[in-house]
Amino acid sequence: MPIIVTPGPRRPGFHRRLLMWWGNRPLLQVAIIGLLAALFALLATNVGDTMQRIGISPGFDFLWRSTNFEIGESSIPFSASDPYIRAVVVGLINTLKVSLFGCVLATVLGVVIGVAGLSRNLLLAALVRWYIEIIRNTPLLLQLFFWISLAKAFPAPRQASAFFGSIYLTNRGVFVPSIAVEGLPMGVATAVAILIVVYAVLLFTLFRAGRLNSRNAGFSGLALLFAFLALLQLAGADITLEAPALAGFNIRGGYNLTPEFAALLTGLVVKFAAVIAEIVRAGIQSVNRGQWEAARALGLHNSQIMRLVVLPQALRVITPLTTSSYLDLTKDSSLAVAIGYPDLVSIINTTANTTGQSLEALLILIGTYLVINLAVSALMNEYNRRVALKGTSR
Amino acid sequence: MKSQGLIRSVTKSAIAAGMLATAAFSAPAYAGPTLDKINQRGAIKVGVGTTPGFFAPDSSGKWQGFFIDYGRALSIAVFGNPDKVEFTNSSPQQRLPALQSGEFDVLLSGVTVTITRAFKLGFHFGPTIFYDGQGILVRKDLGVTKAADLDGATIGAQSGTTGELNVADFFRKTGKKFTPVTIEDTGQFIAALESGRVDAITQDSSDLVGKRTQLKKPDDYIVLPERLSKEPLAPAVAGGDDRWLEIVNWTVNATIQAEEWGITSKNVDEFLKSEDPAIQRFLGVDPALGEAIGLDPKWAYNIIKAVGNYGEIFDRHLKPLGWDRGYNRLWTDGGLLYSPPFR
Ligand SMILES: N[C@@H](CCC(=O)N[C@@H](CS)C(=O)NCC(=O)O)C(=O)O
Repeated sequence: MPIIVTPGPRRPGFHRRLLMWWGNRPLLQVAIIGLLAALFALLATNVGDTMQRIGISPGFDFLWRSTNFEIGESSIPFSASDPYIRAVVVGLINTLKVSLFGCVLATVLGVVIGVAGLSRNLLLAALVRWYIEIIRNTPLLLQLFFWISLAKAFPAPRQASAFFGSIYLTNRGVFVPSIAVEGLPMGVATAVAILIVVYAVLLFTLFRAGRLNSRNAGFSGLALLFAFLALLQLAGADITLEAPALAGFNIRGGYNLTPEFAALLTGLVVKFAAVIAEIVRAGIQSVNRGQWEAARALGLHNSQIMRLVVLPQALRVITPLTTSSYLDLTKDSSLAVAIGYPDLVSIINTTANTTGQSLEALLILIGTYLVINLAVSALMNEYNRRVALKGTSR
Repeated sequence: MKSQGLIRSVTKSAIAAGMLATAAFSAPAYAGPTLDKINQRGAIKVGVGTTPGFFAPDSSGKWQGFFIDYGRALSIAVFGNPDKVEFTNSSPQQRLPALQSGEFDVLLSGVTVTITRAFKLGFHFGPTIFYDGQGILVRKDLGVTKAADLDGATIGAQSGTTGELNVADFFRKTGKKFTPVTIEDTGQFIAALESGRVDAITQDSSDLVGKRTQLKKPDDYIVLPERLSKEPLAPAVAGGDDRWLEIVNWTVNATIQAEEWGITSKNVDEFLKSEDPAIQRFLGVDPALGEAIGLDPKWAYNIIKAVGNYGEIFDRHLKPLGWDRGYNRLWTDGGLLYSPPFR
């Protein structure tokens, strides 16, 4: 049987597409592009020449030399003999870590405060107003200095007493027990991590598709955890619960939440919760009062109205504004430098200082922030597309 | 307010990068671009730190200190007036790119001469004016007497300093462990010690001795006698302007040479009558040297008259803090200070 192809609108030919791309004045376009390229080339050769004259060799070779400095806080092992590239990664992880936790916590707190601000309880609403005004009208740097001095007001490790046997609150940070897995080859560890992620994604997709209720999902998750623990044991790994304890000058062992991280995180969350609260308030107020009345007529009570009717509509206003708050939060995390949290900017500064490759360091910094911000924007735009009004675009 | 730290550091580096680019546009100026800039502006821009004795504003807000007097001496050499100089405090991290970008004409902030700074940052250094070493400031009640006792301790260092690198070297060399806390801001750096966030801080001993006096309870702390490194502190200028470098060189040399000859701010006028041709050249009675440099023939006389010789500067600012001349004695007294001949 012959296949019938119905002709669609004709695709513009190559020539036509080229014309569309060039616009009406191709020559002018070419000239401008050529000029820009020439200017850029001139600048690049000049920078190169000057660097050579001063004796700085341009290039990224330095990334593979040892740093010779230590970093106070790192999620991956790092020592002074490691190369700059690893130090940059340490800084990047530190920036991402504080930004990610910051965005999540600021959102949760911001929504709660934003909703509370609209409460009919006058005292609560007034409190929220005060909070927002004070926080939004003082410099973040000042707030960070406040939080860091608060974080350091806890007792010294030697004087600190343990809560629940093994949680310490000290001026060196909070120490909690950690689970240590030792004696596991790198390859096996990576494989296990990948498997866990794949399984979690699978569970989540099934759950979203409605093939799995929340109880089953929970059970499967737990089962997975135990299965893996057993697997690790079989693979010859030592799984130990490591409790922090005083040893010499410091508390050793366990997981340490440093005062610098805590202060930076608190500062960012408190500041941006206030910003997001304002956005949430504006979003909620943008929803027509008629929606409330209609929902009430259906017999929904206030919290249901908020959750099912108002917030979903308010999200259209809230999402784009929140996106820019997330971007601001990520950029503001660079104030870390002032209080001694080794974020990307602080590592890049030290790198520029110790290597003299300030141009390259600057390029790495700009490139990395650009990628982070574009990624956040892309994610949020995708989310925005989902909450946007349906029907008009489809 | 938004993303201050990032913007600040980006602009600093961008300016440095921009300077590299524009520096090549302009043909290498023979007459000395820095001096032209200084003359146009009517003031020398000097980057400094804040440590009592070395550089600190007094009760009336006027900068005072050992390094400050060298800034004044430069101002006298160029303008014949000690006050045509602007001192700006800048963190150890920020001032290196600031010098590269031309924001400062000279750093008199206790910069250590290192080969990396000469070749990778493109700096030139004048004569060493203070031979220092890296020290450790710690609470007395920790019972620490030497650096090696700090195994396992948390130690604060200031970002961008040689101290940050030296302390890492020291622990690598000795095979001991420490937890670093690296802080840029000077106030936060000191606060970290006082609050007990760190067990000890490390910096140039000149810095620590001065900063200790500013602690709430100075007597609870001690600067360990051990020195971890050599820290020759010298004026630093951006590379590529030999004439400006030479003015800095000979301004420092003049204070050292004057001490060697026993010329002080008090007796300099009597020396004007000296029969010694070397002293006549030095003080500008014979104008040849001043003409050669392109400065007022009496530039050295003016410097000594206003700020005094090296020994006078040292005694005025550092003796009251208990500093001994140590290595910073003249070569004739067994120290390291030595001026090349003025001829
Ligand atoms: N000599 C070291 C350290 C320089 C340094 O930090 N100097 C002290 C003064 S001696 C300082 O500026 N401290 C910070 C301040 O006073 O604000 C270096 O060149 O890296």
